[in-house]
Amino acid sequence: MSIFASIVKEVLGLFVDDGSLALAILVWVGAIATTTYLVPIDGAPLGALLFAGLIVILVENVFRRARSR
Amino acid sequence: MNWAHTLPAVSAAFLGSFVEVVEAFTIVLAVGTVQGWRPALLGAAAGLGLLAGLVAVLGPLFGLVPLHALQLVVGALLLLFGMRWLRKAILRSAGIIGLHDEAKAFDAETATLQGERTARAAAADWLAMAAAFKAVVLEGIEVVFIVLAVGAGNGQIVPASLGALAAAGLVLIIGLAIHKPLAQVPENALKFVVGIMLSAFGTFWVLEGLGGSWPGADIAILALALGFAAVAWGAVRLLQRRASASTEMRA
Repeated sequence: MSIFASIVKEVLGLFVDDGSLALAILVWVGAIATTTYLVPIDGAPLGALLFAGLIVILVENVFRRARSR
Repeated sequence: MNWAHTLPAVSAAFLGSFVEVVEAFTIVLAVGTVQGWRPALLGAAAGLGLLAGLVAVLGPLFGLVPLHALQLVVGALLLLFGMRWLRKAILRSAGIIGLHDEAKAFDAETATLQGERTARAAAADWLAMAAAFKAVVLEGIEVVFIVLAVGAGNGQIVPASLGALAAAGLVLIIGLAIHKPLAQVPENALKFVVGIMLSAFGTFWVLEGLGGSWPGADIAILALALGFAAVAWGAVRLLQRRASASTEMRA
């Protein structure tokens, strides 16, 4: 593999290590964006919802990884 | 200067860059030790040139993107990048996966280079230069991303760049003084903190990018960081407790 191809591959790896974590984050951000588009919600509750979802995604991911050891 | 604005950006850029420069320094040091300083420094300089070109091209493009779109895209990328670091730091702190070891990385790179030196003597200089180039580009891209991501959404690129430059300068001064890989740097603790801060920045920018605003404006970044820190700390404690309970059950 050429040096530039391996650099491109590793740059992609900066953002995607565990595919399920990356996918869950993107789906959750997409869901929040869609909610904002459909329903006018104030910043604070929407921010709390965004943060709570990210926490659930992170915790579920690390515990799943720990179980699979 | 608004410190609530600037401090999180500068400290995230400083700590994130510190970790990355340490990793790049280890490889360049290995190349210099095995193959001599000429290919090591030429490869590192070529890598820095490519990074400077990237910044020169990407920097002005940032100004052309509408602010909300920029905040949303950068926020999502920061979440991918920061939560990936945070996940790994939690798993490492809990002992689920092994810690990164600069001394081991140095030994592995040295062994690889010595093997190539014996097998392909004529191309050894090029291979050594390529190794230094690749290390500087890969770790440097992470530094560029962190600086642009924490600084672009709120006009903090200059302070964030200064934070990154200070980190690079500090690593070089320490590295040149001791002339060894910086194996004593608490890399996982730094990655833990940077993962928390980048995740907090990412969450902040996503909502701002969607047109929402946080109560307390930039102070919300600190509150989000505390929230991520508390959850990450709790997750590490729980995982450690579960691991020791299962060890006791097996004993």
